[in-house]
Amino acid sequence: MKDTSDKLVSMQKAIATHVSDDCSIAIEGFTGFICFAAGHEIIRQRRRNLTLIRMTPDLIYDQMVAAGAAKKLVFSYMGNPGVGSLYCIRRAVEKSIPCPLELEEYSHYGLVGRYAAGASRAPFFPLRSYVGSDMLAANPLIKLIDDPYGTGKIAVVPPLNPDVAILHAQRADRRGNTQLWGLLGMQKEIAFAAKHVIVVVEEIVDEATIRADPNRTLIPALIVDAVVHEPYGAHPSYVQGYYDRDNESYLAWDKLSQDHAAVLAWLDEWVYGLENHAAYVRKVGLAHLEKLKPEPWLAPPVDYGRYR
Amino acid sequence: MSETSYTASEMMIAVAARMLKGARTVFVGVGLPNIACNLARYTVAPDLELIYESGIYGARPERLPLSIGDPTLVSGAASVVSMADLFGLYLQRGLVEIALLGGAQIDKYGNLNSTVIGDYTKPKTRLPGSGGALEIATNAGRTFMIMRLKRRAFVEKLDFRTSPGHLTGGDSRARLGLPGGGPELVITDKAVLNFANPDREMQLCALYPGVTVNDVQAEVGWPLRLAETIGETAAPTTEELRLIRDEVDPHAMYR
Repeated sequence: MKDTSDKLVSMQKAIATHVSDDCSIAIEGFTGFICFAAGHEIIRQRRRNLTLIRMTPDLIYDQMVAAGAAKKLVFSYMGNPGVGSLYCIRRAVEKSIPCPLELEEYSHYGLVGRYAAGASRAPFFPLRSYVGSDMLAANPLIKLIDDPYGTGKIAVVPPLNPDVAILHAQRADRRGNTQLWGLLGMQKEIAFAAKHVIVVVEEIVDEATIRADPNRTLIPALIVDAVVHEPYGAHPSYVQGYYDRDNESYLAWDKLSQDHAAVLAWLDEWVYGLENHAAYVRKVGLAHLEKLKPEPWLAPPVDYGRYR
Repeated sequence: MSETSYTASEMMIAVAARMLKGARTVFVGVGLPNIACNLARYTVAPDLELIYESGIYGARPERLPLSIGDPTLVSGAASVVSMADLFGLYLQRGLVEIALLGGAQIDKYGNLNSTVIGDYTKPKTRLPGSGGALEIATNAGRTFMIMRLKRRAFVEKLDFRTSPGHLTGGDSRARLGLPGGGPELVITDKAVLNFANPDREMQLCALYPGVTVNDVQAEVGWPLRLAETIGETAAPTTEELRLIRDEVDPHAMYR
């Protein structure tokens, strides 16, 4: 059980404390809420031999693989979403540049099942998938068993319990009660599955704000080790209602990432050369980031009622 | 019919949209399928609800989504759920009537490869992988493929079978107990193909204006079966083209 004290720390401290060489980490968030700030800090602290877990590795794992931080990737869709390939990961897989990368591959529902089993500490997760697919042969952790209730063959996947999960969200209190709206992805499940949890938020709010809308709390302080306040921490991905995806960055990466030397130069300029994410935000420029803010579309308040 | 010129992509979009006639739910991918589904809501399927694997039911995007996880899909949707709920409660539960899929390779039984070109352990080209395609192909009521007709894509033998179609043909899919009906149509840039024979083998069923059987066969890596009657698919109407150009893809991102 995590204690109930104030857990607000800097990103530098959170990564230094919880992410070590050789550990397994999941920076989740489907298309949005991808914590680039955490990924960059891991690169900056030169972690090595990590097992990177994500349904969609996205640009952040492409950058971490190019930086030589990873030995293994657990995933279910490897692409630059809506744009194309992830060239750094492909270079590692196809040409061992900068080092070989072991792949452990699932379909989305298979990896969803691993997170769900991990979250509830169940022995496995059954799903209607994989029958008739070569993925069974490609990944021996996916098994077909006889349904004990007699409906025939059913695929099962084992629980996944990463050492650390890093989740980006709109807001949390200082203890780590975290609220998120928009695409929920598998953020809640991977948080419950992980041994340690770092939440990174756009805003720190007081506990009363959290308690006024408890349906929106996906991750309770009970399982959170560290809270980091990092505005624009998911840039160039997006945070619903706060900023849009910076699609120019995704398109630019598609071109730049085709050349390993260009990627190393990019890492020097945008990661190693900057002290922290606040410096990154200054370098991107607040005027540019302001342009990514959507016009408001407020949900009307709901009445939970007061019962006493 | 219109005399206006149109692109191959516009033809694919118009044809795919027509095939969604009367449908209630469709599982959508990004790009052409997304535009086709949005067009169908204006034309043949006004009650169509768009389902995205990112966890969206009943999307009403106000702009063309950049990806299946675009925030415009969240704002105004009927429901937003976790991916565990999307794959479990919507897809595996059987609520997806039609799914649109594509891949790098397809074989004569509609099996798809989106994983690797070459050997799995030493790939020549590493492709994105399954994403949700495998369970979509397994569980959707009906599956429509949208793919450009190319010899390197329509192959005798897949390098890797990511998503099951009609497997080895005949009743092989049903014998393995796959819940969904499997591939029904392949919508290409030259013709429409289906699997309406006892072998469940892909067959040419309709040609686009100006396309011959030989044009299609030239882009298919096995002797292509022909349906008993081969129809001609009508070109996009003026209204279909107007909706595509003015409403669903005004910035010409996918045309």
